[in-house]
Amino acid sequence: MAFENLTERLSKAMKNLTGRGRVSEEDLRATMREIRLALLEADVNYDTVKKFVANVREKASGADILEGLNPAQQVVKIVNDELTITMGEEAVPLNKSPKIPTIIMMAGLQGAGKTTTVAKLAYKLKKEENARPLLIAADVYRPAAIDQLEILGRDLEIPVFQLGTAVNPREIVRQGLAKAAENKNDYVFIDTAGRLQIDDVLMQELKDVAEIAQPDEILLTVDAMTGQNAAETAKGFSAALDLTGVVLTKLDGDTRGGAALSIRDVTGKPIKFVGQGEKPTDLDVFYPDRMASRILGMGDVLTLIEKAQRDFDEEAQAKQLEKMRQNTFDFNDFVAQLKQVQSMGPMEDLLKMIPGMANNPALANVNIDAKQFSHLEAIVNSMTPAEREDPDLINPSRRRRLASGAGRPIVEVNRMIKQFDQMRKMMNQATNGNFGGIDKMMGGSGMDMSSMMGGGMPSGNFGQKVQNFAIKQAARRLQKAKKKRGKK
Amino acid sequence: MGLFDIFRKKKTEENSEKSKDSVESLSNQDNSAVLEMPEEIQEPEVEQNLDKTEESVPDHVSESVAIQEPQISVEPEAIEQQIYTKGLEKSRTGFAARFNKFLANFRSVDEDFFEDLEETLVGADVGFDMAIKISDDLREEVKLENAHRPEDVRDVIIKKMVDMYEADGVNEDATMHFNVNGTTVILLVGVNGVGKTTTIGKLSTKYQQQGKSVLLAAADTFRAGATKQLQEWGLRAGVPVVSGKEKADPASVVFEAVAKARDEHYDILFVDTAGRLQNNVNLMQELEKMKRIIKREIPGAPHEVLLVLDATTGQNALQQAKLFKNSSDVTGIVLTKMDGTAKGGIVFAIRNDMQLPVKWVGFGEKASDLREFKPEEFIYGMFKDLMA
Repeated sequence: MAFENLTERLSKAMKNLTGRGRVSEEDLRATMREIRLALLEADVNYDTVKKFVANVREKASGADILEGLNPAQQVVKIVNDELTITMGEEAVPLNKSPKIPTIIMMAGLQGAGKTTTVAKLAYKLKKEENARPLLIAADVYRPAAIDQLEILGRDLEIPVFQLGTAVNPREIVRQGLAKAAENKNDYVFIDTAGRLQIDDVLMQELKDVAEIAQPDEILLTVDAMTGQNAAETAKGFSAALDLTGVVLTKLDGDTRGGAALSIRDVTGKPIKFVGQGEKPTDLDVFYPDRMASRILGMGDVLTLIEKAQRDFDEEAQAKQLEKMRQNTFDFNDFVAQLKQVQSMGPMEDLLKMIPGMANNPALANVNIDAKQFSHLEAIVNSMTPAEREDPDLINPSRRRRLASGAGRPIVEVNRMIKQFDQMRKMMNQATNGNFGGIDKMMGGSGMDMSSMMGGGMPSGNFGQKVQNFAIKQAARRLQKAKKKRGKK
Repeated sequence: MGLFDIFRKKKTEENSEKSKDSVESLSNQDNSAVLEMPEEIQEPEVEQNLDKTEESVPDHVSESVAIQEPQISVEPEAIEQQIYTKGLEKSRTGFAARFNKFLANFRSVDEDFFEDLEETLVGADVGFDMAIKISDDLREEVKLENAHRPEDVRDVIIKKMVDMYEADGVNEDATMHFNVNGTTVILLVGVNGVGKTTTIGKLSTKYQQQGKSVLLAAADTFRAGATKQLQEWGLRAGVPVVSGKEKADPASVVFEAVAKARDEHYDILFVDTAGRLQNNVNLMQELEKMKRIIKREIPGAPHEVLLVLDATTGQNALQQAKLFKNSSDVTGIVLTKMDGTAKGGIVFAIRNDMQLPVKWVGFGEKASDLREFKPEEFIYGMFKDLMA
């Protein structure tokens, strides 16, 4: 695998460094070289890298990292902090106009994902704020671009304004805005055609549209897989338009997304949203700190937790929690839990967000069978209501019945029931505040995730260790978050 | 005589002929707006003319053609060259500027020099591994050559790149493969938004104009409006399109189209697939399924599986190629949006890392802007301004 995360790189570079107590200029140089290469490898623009490394170097030589216990880690921390700062520390919300409508205009290269982003963002606003957006189809160049927006609008029940391809985009926007005023839409999205930043005619058109619409938000849409070219694109568009923010798309790929850093550096504008999936709901707020970890290849625990929180039905969750505490967690809850986990998306994606997993070579080809979940569900569905509520009822004869009912081998039924028991025990401990119990469980004979996942997980001691570490960290953060909420 | 020397010669010849400018001007292409179809009506003449001459001179890169028979080959080759020269304008000036800046800072060959070199190369999207390889190789070589003047260093580096490029491409077959008896099936794959549908539109226009009967299969049933987009291209090119219902199983569309193409004896069937990220296992399996069906209906098909790559993609391009190659046995690459990138180094990375030939390269929005890839023209277009 070509990608190594920065921690690995630095550990390697600093192997000679630890234990000597003093760091020479030569060592520092080697370190900076690794940082530089790691960033270049992640597609960060090389001018940006240069600036960035100079900054880090200054900080690193100024700080007393050279005497630290683990210099590699400390350098990574400095790099991570610096990355986060460069990308703008905090998530920046959408600009809103004091009076309706708020006008949002898209710009970007061909195939960056403008139309898809328009639909996703409009849908997000509709869902979260009960907004009534209007989409203006101003891409008259690409064949069927208007159809694409219309179909998306129809599926998401969002009105689309269009005048076909024979009308000048400027006129379409003018009339579309009038229409929005008439309908009292609170958001207006202008979907423009993709264009090269060097195409003067089309760039002028974009400028004119901006002049006409006076948008509150001009979002540059950039493909996260873009290479060194990201800087030029950003330069070109920000010179022509008064950009207010950036949307980074296709982040669900396996790109490191160094483009984020270059764009931020060149435009100085915040990245506001990231697109990471094919579904209309797959648009998330951009968090610089998480992106920093991703560029460095260090996983993204926060997103994972957030995803869990958002997609989990809170009320159902509370009920389950109560049940767990009382140790009455039964198979009905088990199925509900399974469904919630499934609703969070493919297991592989979730795994990748765990630190150390992202670029774990052992995980490169993990392919967790989605059917595994359905099989478990089928077994539960073969149970009588009484069995579901009282798991202790299930004796070998009943197990045989379940196996034939679900069409699964009996070993699978046995395994599932065993896992369920462990889960129940563990949950009971966890919810009663004994997090240490989890570690013991995981380390000992406890829940063997790899067997549950159908053998797809990395086996052996290493995989186990990584899992334990990740889960411990996640648990700690969850606990912290809990405390925070408690204070409020 | 290596490629490098050929280019040198070419460059010298060009310089001496500069004042004459006997080449037919392509100005009608220069002032055209985006997607103007009428322009292309003029295209076939040039194209056919070009093809004919090329046929008569099969290996037009060989020295004999370029040097001994300039009268015959000058015109079409010059046109081709001009297109590359123009299409790569941005790439070349970007690369040249960067390279010259790098040379201007040259004082002596030391660690800083190699660091700068690596950055320059990576900056041109040459690819991370290749950049490191070039710089590692040069660590010894430059010492050997004892270069002190920037020009010497430049020549050594360019020679190294050209040599590597040449060596990596020894067994490369960049021609399109056709089924001699029956329908040729060409499958296009790639991530979202790279230009698969547009490429099919352009290719079908091309083949239609060459007198081939072409059928299109709209197997992108996922993205809203994708079928409509292909139909629009079909309309423009005068080519029928087989499409299914929205959100239908793409394999069903493929099946229908393959059967139709086979039974009605179409020469070429293009299959447009939905964009998919290479790390999405389920979608990659869907691709395999489509391929299986094509193979079942027409043994030996698909004859070409073209991976469409956006030339502005960074290191991820290699990852894309790797994973698509694994799941659908890609036979060649279409490099799109070349006019939008100041890099072009991606071509080196592709050849070096993937052992996949680039077959087509897109320099613009018009159908005629999609050209067959000519490695030598490409290299020449890239380094032209850098050679003395």
